[in-house]
Amino acid sequence: MSQVPTNGGGSGARVELRELVRIFGRTRALDGFSLEVEPGELVALLGPSGCGKTTALRALAGFELVDHGQVLVDGQDVARVSPQDRDMGMVFQSYSLFPNMSALHNVAFGLRMRGVRSVARRDKAHEILELVGLHEHAEKYPHQLSGGQQQRVALARALAIEPRVLLLDEPLSALDAKVRTGLRDQIRSLQQRLAITTVFVTHDQEEALSMADRVCVMRDGRGEQTATPAELYSRPTSAFVAHFVGVSSRVPVRRDGATVGLWGTAVAVRNPELAERDVDAVLRPEDVAIAADPAGAATVVHKSFLGAITRVTVSAESAEVRVDVRSDAARDLNHGDRVALTVVARDVLVSPRNERTDVDED
Amino acid sequence: MVALTPSAAAVAPTPRRHRLRVWRGIILGLAAAYFLIPLYAGLRFSFHNDAGQWSLYALKAIPSQIGFTGAFFLSIKLAFTTLIGTLVLMVPTTIYIHLHLPRLRRLLEFVTVLPIVIPPIVLILGVLRAAPIWLKASPYLLSLMYVILTMPFVYRSLDAGISAIDLKTLVEASRSLGANGPQTLWRVILPNLRAGILSASVLTLALVLGEFTMASLDLWTTLPVWIYQFQQTDGHIATMVSMLSLIGTWVLITAMVSLDRSESRRSRRKAEVA
Repeated sequence: MSQVPTNGGGSGARVELRELVRIFGRTRALDGFSLEVEPGELVALLGPSGCGKTTALRALAGFELVDHGQVLVDGQDVARVSPQDRDMGMVFQSYSLFPNMSALHNVAFGLRMRGVRSVARRDKAHEILELVGLHEHAEKYPHQLSGGQQQRVALARALAIEPRVLLLDEPLSALDAKVRTGLRDQIRSLQQRLAITTVFVTHDQEEALSMADRVCVMRDGRGEQTATPAELYSRPTSAFVAHFVGVSSRVPVRRDGATVGLWGTAVAVRNPELAERDVDAVLRPEDVAIAADPAGAATVVHKSFLGAITRVTVSAESAEVRVDVRSDAARDLNHGDRVALTVVARDVLVSPRNERTDVDED
Repeated sequence: MVALTPSAAAVAPTPRRHRLRVWRGIILGLAAAYFLIPLYAGLRFSFHNDAGQWSLYALKAIPSQIGFTGAFFLSIKLAFTTLIGTLVLMVPTTIYIHLHLPRLRRLLEFVTVLPIVIPPIVLILGVLRAAPIWLKASPYLLSLMYVILTMPFVYRSLDAGISAIDLKTLVEASRSLGANGPQTLWRVILPNLRAGILSASVLTLALVLGEFTMASLDLWTTLPVWIYQFQQTDGHIATMVSMLSLIGTWVLITAMVSLDRSESRRSRRKAEVA
């Protein structure tokens, strides 16, 4: 395997995955997956279990050899380069610290492998540990650190080698909620400060939307949609993305040209290129407004208090629609009340009737 | 006044627990007697002379006995060559199987059990019939046989050691940090497999230092063979040698385990001080 020259480290590289195919037996874990990551950008790979996100990350790291396709780093194809020569730092889900080494030696390990002299690597390791706030724990062994601390050491270890690309494989999933939020902010802040190109695998949409510059939603080994978190939420291009990212309801409607009729109102269709006439309108909870109306066509079936807002589920003809209502206004709505529904969105996404959107979460 | 300590009745063991403790003591005592009585008998016999008096003559006479030094050093040589051969063969194989061919673990388990199922006498006779002359003339044929003989114990020790760590992730972490295969093996895997390797080594040394059948049939006078043969000349000296051999093996094993423990303790203390 050939050696890849480094770009001096630290500054982010441009990453491009082109038409990756990886087959395990009868399963196509990657089925023509493509992705572009700009220098210094953080892209999250988000998707349900078995969608191929970890395989894509491992193909980028060099731990999976792809059956077809190219892995380009700064324009150079590294698909056949061994992991140790790719100059990428990786943080794993299961901490992966070397149990026989102290935190300091764990962080210095990559520098040692690069032939950095003892004093220099010690100084650098201390510096990076200080960066992640663990300077005082430098001499401790992994079993003496908490889960959050171990993962911060793992992050420091990956950053110490000044990688061209930082790869994060569900690094927060083994941590409790409070630690997860803190470390999430810390990772994002460090990534932006060091401007390292980062690819982050997660099945947690909140994590992906709050950390990433762009999110790639994956399904069946392919990229379903890659967009900024705001765009992904407000302009999903498929019912699958709408269903996976955020909350959505599907209402069967009949399309009339570029509009659909929803509870007596004609609403513009966002994707009029769809050929079918019988379709499902995909609605976010904030796309619909409700008002108490004894003659209304819908009935309240459930209420979930979420703080400032309450999510009200109503049964309207053949569909259940979830609607966000200000909690003070929702107080007067009770199970079985009749309500009227109004679409407040400018346009709606439509998808083929009963299109599969099942997502088996990890 | 409220009692702050539990009453005597609460502290006193229940009759059932008391009975359990008595039975535990009896079983432990029987097991100790089973091991210690033959040892005591052996030691008592070896520290007596033919007249039935206490004597150190057997101990003093050992180094001057014909064939003892050769047998002793041959056993030591075979023990260490077997140890090296076993570790060189089994450590990389077990790691490779765990990392790349996990589906073959069952097969390897089965293969490594065979030396227990097949009697050593069958193994050595087959090998002596098939081996080339130059190999038959060398005592190291025994080392090769001992590598097979120790395989069940060595594989299980290593397998347990590897299963206790997340080998795949550690290897991937090491490689992503720039380490190549040998560096990963030396700096990451082996230090974390220390307990497994130590246990495998202890079992190998103990087994080889006490092996009689194969050495005897291959006509090499190792320490157990010498003890057996010398028994007919002087029972006191032969018993003394077998007692010393037993104690020597035990000291060696204890030293290896203590070395490992003190190393772990030193690492832990270093971290705690920090």
